[in-house]
Amino acid sequence: MTAHAILTLVWLLVALYMIFIYAPSDVNQGNVYRIMYVHVSSGWTAMIAYFLVFVGSVRYVWKRSPFADDVACASAEAGFIFCSCLLITGPLWAKPIWGIWWTWDARLTLTFVLWLLFVAYLLVRSFFINPNRAALLSAVVGIIGFVDVPIDYMAIRWWRTQHPQPVIMGGPNSGLPPSMEATLFVSAGAFLCLFFYLLRQGLRLAEARREIGQLRRQFSE
Amino acid sequence: MRSLEIIWVLFLKDLRLEWRRRETLASICVFGILVVFLLDFAFQPAGEESLRLLPGVLWIAFAFAGILGFNHSFAAERENACLEGLRLAPIDAGLIYLAKLLANFLFLAVAEAVIIFASSLWYNFSFLPAFKWFVVIVAFGTLGYVAVGVMFGAVASNTRMREVMLPVLQFPVIVPIFIGAIEATTSALKGDAPGQFASWVRLLIAFSVIFIVLSFLLFEYVLEE
Repeated sequence: MTAHAILTLVWLLVALYMIFIYAPSDVNQGNVYRIMYVHVSSGWTAMIAYFLVFVGSVRYVWKRSPFADDVACASAEAGFIFCSCLLITGPLWAKPIWGIWWTWDARLTLTFVLWLLFVAYLLVRSFFINPNRAALLSAVVGIIGFVDVPIDYMAIRWWRTQHPQPVIMGGPNSGLPPSMEATLFVSAGAFLCLFFYLLRQGLRLAEARREIGQLRRQFSE
Repeated sequence: MRSLEIIWVLFLKDLRLEWRRRETLASICVFGILVVFLLDFAFQPAGEESLRLLPGVLWIAFAFAGILGFNHSFAAERENACLEGLRLAPIDAGLIYLAKLLANFLFLAVAEAVIIFASSLWYNFSFLPAFKWFVVIVAFGTLGYVAVGVMFGAVASNTRMREVMLPVLQFPVIVPIFIGAIEATTSALKGDAPGQFASWVRLLIAFSVIFIVLSFLLFEYVLEE
């Protein structure tokens, strides 16, 4: 875990350097655009997080594997943080550039829905004392909620949105200059590294909780 | 087919229960009308504004009426261990879901008819010109909504705070359905050609199918003890 922590820290520091010093200013937006590196990185991480919630939920419903449930739960907790970051950095960029904090276009609406789905998953979990019921019912929420994620991702491709068009894997005439692209991928990597570190901490917590439960049961007999 | 018979029997059971006490139907109709009434007071639309506000007002009224209905549908099953009885029956749990889906769809449809009639009076708006397409849009929007509502109603009824849990769980999921329904309704009532809102209707149908299939597959896990 320490190695992972050090790797995450170093990667984040490198990303920070690249975001503020290495990457050039934008011709239209000046330096305001730099928040995009944090915003897009958070976005990809949040969607990957919910995908892991989905995969963990499916596996739990199918095989009742406690590990799958742990992955789903830990991904939801970490993913919620990144999704919140996404919804904060977005408006911070939007106000100087569009003049508005928010609009209800397809992408923003569905991303807010994604945030609500993280909340719903965690809320359902918190309402049950019996861990098996908590796991099963939150898994159901995780599976049904995942319908939103691919639509959210494709929203800027399928509809005309206020949100900018994709720059990575977008259509023709899209794309970033190499230095910006490199900065974006380094930032995204750093955020994913952080997400997986948080995920692993979550898994350790879950396992510790289970051990304590077992010990309690042993001593109460 | 045996499955259809089972669904029919369970559907009739829900209807019979409802017919005896008529609580659900009465309360969702009244609540829906109250929502329309309050929003009329809040906005006091004049003439042209009615058309702009009405689709939103209608679907909000449908949403709140639906929540009452879904909560009650499963609350009723908790009395006298009815849910255990259903669980023990040698039937596919998904069939119970489909029967509940049909029953709740029918109740909400009746409430919606009452709500539409009331709003037609209060907003001085005639739905007749675009009636055929309006009914199609409301039907598919309601189907998608009820598909999610029955599923999450079952999930929420397991928790302590079931009345609060249901809206928190279901509203994020049904946002696409409601957006589609309101856009399509606005377009249809304005008098647009069907081609203009066809894509929204397709969205409603797609979501209804996805959620019905997913809920059908997952319902046995929700009923599990």
